[in-house]
Amino acid sequence: MSALLEVSGISKSFDGFKAINNLSFSINAVELRAVIGPNGAGKTTFMDIVTGKTRPDSGEVLWGTTSKSLLKLSEAQIAREGIGRKFQRPTVFEDQSVADNLIMALKADRSPFAVLGWRPTAASQDRVIELATEVGLADQLPRLAGELSHGQKQWLEIGMLLASDPRLLLVDEPAAGMTLAEREQTTTLLCRLAETRAVVVVEHDMDFVRRLNCKVTVLHQGSVLAEGSLDHVTRNPDVIDVYLGR
Amino acid sequence: MTRTPFILRNPSVLAMLAVLAVLTLAVTLTSQAYGTGALPTSTVKILGMTLCLALAAVAMDLVWGYLGILSLGQMAFFALGGYMIGQWLMYARTETIVAAQLAQSPIPATPQEVQDAVTNQIFGVVGSSDLPMAWSFAHSLPLQLLLVVAVPGLLALVFGWLAFRSRVNGVYLSILTQAMTLALALWLFQNDSGFRGNNGLSGLQNLPGMEGVDQATLSVWFLWASAAALALFYVLAAWLVSGKFGSVTRAIRDDETRVRFLGYPVEGFKLVVFTLAAMITAIAGALYYPQAGIINPAEMMPIASIYLAVWVAIGGRGRLYGAVIGAVVVSLLSSWFTGGRARRSTCRDTWSTGSTGGRCCWACPLFWSRCSRPRGSPGCST
Repeated sequence: MSALLEVSGISKSFDGFKAINNLSFSINAVELRAVIGPNGAGKTTFMDIVTGKTRPDSGEVLWGTTSKSLLKLSEAQIAREGIGRKFQRPTVFEDQSVADNLIMALKADRSPFAVLGWRPTAASQDRVIELATEVGLADQLPRLAGELSHGQKQWLEIGMLLASDPRLLLVDEPAAGMTLAEREQTTTLLCRLAETRAVVVVEHDMDFVRRLNCKVTVLHQGSVLAEGSLDHVTRNPDVIDVYLGR
Repeated sequence: MTRTPFILRNPSVLAMLAVLAVLTLAVTLTSQAYGTGALPTSTVKILGMTLCLALAAVAMDLVWGYLGILSLGQMAFFALGGYMIGQWLMYARTETIVAAQLAQSPIPATPQEVQDAVTNQIFGVVGSSDLPMAWSFAHSLPLQLLLVVAVPGLLALVFGWLAFRSRVNGVYLSILTQAMTLALALWLFQNDSGFRGNNGLSGLQNLPGMEGVDQATLSVWFLWASAAALALFYVLAAWLVSGKFGSVTRAIRDDETRVRFLGYPVEGFKLVVFTLAAMITAIAGALYYPQAGIINPAEMMPIASIYLAVWVAIGGRGRLYGAVIGAVVVSLLSSWFTGGRARRSTCRDTWSTGSTGGRCCWACPLFWSRCSRPRGSPGCST
């Protein structure tokens, strides 16, 4: 099986601080992966580079079977290639209804004039209802997204990610601020999503990572410190050093 | 499945059209040309000009209220539209007069002689005798009408492309738009810019080829045209912001980064709306200045664009009818306070912060912002 995303030897420094240092990472088309690491390990910068928000100083990011370089593409183009990103804070468009939020995320031509000519169809209507049902917001469709609770906003954002049907999903600390029940729901959803696509979960919380039961990549000072099952990496002396201190 | 027609989903559009129709009918029936004559021609002109300002405010609301770009240079497009139509008005009228004079000479004048005489008439005041390049099409109404939308549209497209591409946002973008209008005004103030410097273009209230029609009639015609333009572009704007396109623009206003990660080319959307708004503003200007009769570079000094933003803010940005109400109420109030003159006094003399009108204008937004926060209030980047 070939890799869906192949990140090789990227480095990025901000004003002399090396946020990412010769980092390599690869993920298969169908895989769930957790990325863990202490604060400042470069997790967010890593996601920024993959999604095009930040350009690395050196290295290469290759995508898909054709090994297309992502470094020349804009954020929007990368998103259209099929890389979805879930932010740590729920970012939904609070001024608009749940339905409008979902409609915007639906798979469709994104160019201004195509959007101008877009009209709702029976299929799009059904898809919106289907997505809303999946994330438990079916009865909230006409409500403004800003009126939803924190957890509901998280779910709406996940619904929006599902709507665009990405091939690779980058999820930043999904469990933050969630109740125990919500965490379990999220775990189930992430595992189910990973049955048909690649999912990268960046997480602080070891408990949550254990629940995901997947391969783990440990980042430290901008490069990969260890990789393998959670039990494997937690036995690694370097990892113990980083997490527990010398 | 069938969808309810656009108009029915937007009752405010229907209300706006009804109000415009009633206003137009009422003015026509009380005008000196077609009705009882109760309404002086000057008032008809002020009302017509006010409708043009309302149209500019609708375009401003598209850019600011729905896209989140606080453009403080919109009136540059307005005045450019005025200049483009003014070129034809002035050239064609001067040509008629000059041709009549030359016809009395024993030898018929050649086209070149006519053109030279016209040039002398128009540009003598700035000490020039060559017809500037920018006036190459001034003899042709269709071409100048095309330029009314093409020149401001192109300016907006180039300016927008440069600014949006480099991701200039917020206050910096506002300052850039203001610098644009200031630079354009300062350039036009020069005598050798080819637009008669600070004299501007004048005599625009006379329509060439319609010498037999009096101002009372013309003022009503222009009121009709202004009302029709406002109605047309109000419906267009309402349609634009009602569907998915409007959803995306409001999303860009609220969280541009997030929209990028959804895969939308944010810069493309901004360019489309900014350019379209510039063209609408230019059309409003092209209808305004023939009613005002004169245009000069002071019209595009930054203060004019700031007033436009103030009107939209007072009406409540993010609502199209709010922009119309804000523009109409404040500009008519200013006309009233400043002795029956329309907005043109804003840039000068009486409409300063010291006058009653000035105080009212500054007090209103302060008052409003306290009692009701408009949807999508400024600086909401939560």
